[in-house]
Amino acid sequence: MKKDHVTSDILDLYRELIIDHAHSPRNYRSLVEATNSSEGINPLCGDKLYLYIKINSKKIIEDISFKGTGCAVSMASASLLTESIKNLSISEANDFFESVISFMLDKNNDSNLNKKINLSKLKALEGVKQYPMRIKCATLAWHALHAAINKTSFSVTTE
Amino acid sequence: MSMNNIQTENTMNIEHYRNDFPCLDQEINGYSLTFLDSAASSQQPSSVIKAVSQYQSEDHSNVHRGIHTLSHRATEFYEGAREKVCSFVNAAGRSEIIFTSGATESINLVAQSFCRPTLRPGDQILISWLEHHSNIVPWQLVCDQTGAELIVAPINKNGEIEADVMISMMTEKVKMLAIGHVSNALGTINPLKKIISAAKNYDIPVLVDGTQGVPHMEVDVQSLKCDFYVFSGHKMLGPTGIGVLWGKEKILDSMPPFKSGGDMILEVTFDKTTFNELPYKFEAGTPNISGAIGLGAAVDYLQTVGMNNIYEYEKFLHNYMIEKLSEVEGIKLIGTARNQASVQSFQLDDIHPHDLGSILDQQGIAVRTGHHCAMPVMKYLGVPGTTRASLGLYNNKDDIDRLIDALEKARQIFQ
Repeated sequence: MKKDHVTSDILDLYRELIIDHAHSPRNYRSLVEATNSSEGINPLCGDKLYLYIKINSKKIIEDISFKGTGCAVSMASASLLTESIKNLSISEANDFFESVISFMLDKNNDSNLNKKINLSKLKALEGVKQYPMRIKCATLAWHALHAAINKTSFSVTTE
Repeated sequence: MSMNNIQTENTMNIEHYRNDFPCLDQEINGYSLTFLDSAASSQQPSSVIKAVSQYQSEDHSNVHRGIHTLSHRATEFYEGAREKVCSFVNAAGRSEIIFTSGATESINLVAQSFCRPTLRPGDQILISWLEHHSNIVPWQLVCDQTGAELIVAPINKNGEIEADVMISMMTEKVKMLAIGHVSNALGTINPLKKIISAAKNYDIPVLVDGTQGVPHMEVDVQSLKCDFYVFSGHKMLGPTGIGVLWGKEKILDSMPPFKSGGDMILEVTFDKTTFNELPYKFEAGTPNISGAIGLGAAVDYLQTVGMNNIYEYEKFLHNYMIEKLSEVEGIKLIGTARNQASVQSFQLDDIHPHDLGSILDQQGIAVRTGHHCAMPVMKYLGVPGTTRASLGLYNNKDDIDRLIDALEKARQIFQ
């Protein structure tokens, strides 16, 4: 592909990993044995996703999946979320949530990042930071995660 | 002269008007701005900006109350704008032109002031699936308040209201029919004359939401034979926060005030208030004076270009856009009405409209993405949203060519 400045800038948002996860989202299914669930909605965008989480007696997230519709950024973020959160404890998942949110909101400063958390693949979402209107797409699934594991509310929105 | 020649001539006659719009002359992300979002809000010509600025810097004062020179001037300009709007839509008189904050407020005014006092359980309000939320929610609210029922005429796969189907829903139970002139999401121009004439057989009052009609074609409210016609200034080259309710004088006269306060009264005692005459009865409080003056300047501008010239030119551009879009692989046009204004919704492959919107923005192209405040239409068509390119008199073929190139780039990224 010809990489003039347009495509290289926009490719920073739509990195290969994002496109890959948007086209083939991981853990895209419902989960009958889910103990916790929530829905994330962006009414202005029309994005809507459901998170299904199975938490065992040791408070470990044994399985996690999602379904829904939305833009590439919100779908990829949800897909990456399911990969990152599986097998974490509730408290670790909450820490992960905090790290992702500060990562997304703090443009050039990662001092708030919890050093113990390795965002690894989620750093592919970094390009989104340059598009303030799209940050809510990237954080939607994460707010849904927070609501589901803490049972604060069933429905969340990032508007 | 062939149609083609006429169109070419129009193209040449009208293209220089683009230079009158300073906001278009800028770069976005290193590209000349290509503004294809006029259906959301149109750009303003220098004459509108200047009229507002001149009023603010030289003539500002309150209207209808001061004895001093500035107040007199402000009143003259404000009322002058009303005269301009009056002749623009061919209202019978200036008392029929109510300034509001926009079409949304105009519709709320009619719902609450005209419908609410008389609606009874079992009565119905008829709208269509094509409506913008602003022509749905105020009716829902008044139905909730009165026990009346909202009924909705369907559309066909092209995004058209079929007049016969809508007419078949008209009965003596229907106490109001509210319909858009042009669909903001799909561009469909509705068959108003046929529908309104049928409604009159049942004595059904008709409100037309003309927000997407007035910027693109000549409107004559008397020949339309509707009872109310509403629109917003900022879709027709004017400022935001100003709009119009046109209503037949006899009907407006019979309606109680919507808002109350200063300027809408003749005499106030603590026992009784005598309301002012039309149109002031509906303009409580200090109005948006500069907005009205800007709207008046926008009307002048549109009339200088000529509404028929605008209609023909935009039709020519829209046809060009449809032709070029149809050549893009993976494109699906949403809204293919036979009678369409210069608005085109589409989808590209399975790329989500917001992703497409970001990619286009990165190339300096402004389009609207999502449900366009018309969620029922999207649901009806089974799509989460669309990308919408909407044209104004200041667009040209280059704008469309740039859109097409940018769409090709989006396909490369998402392949």
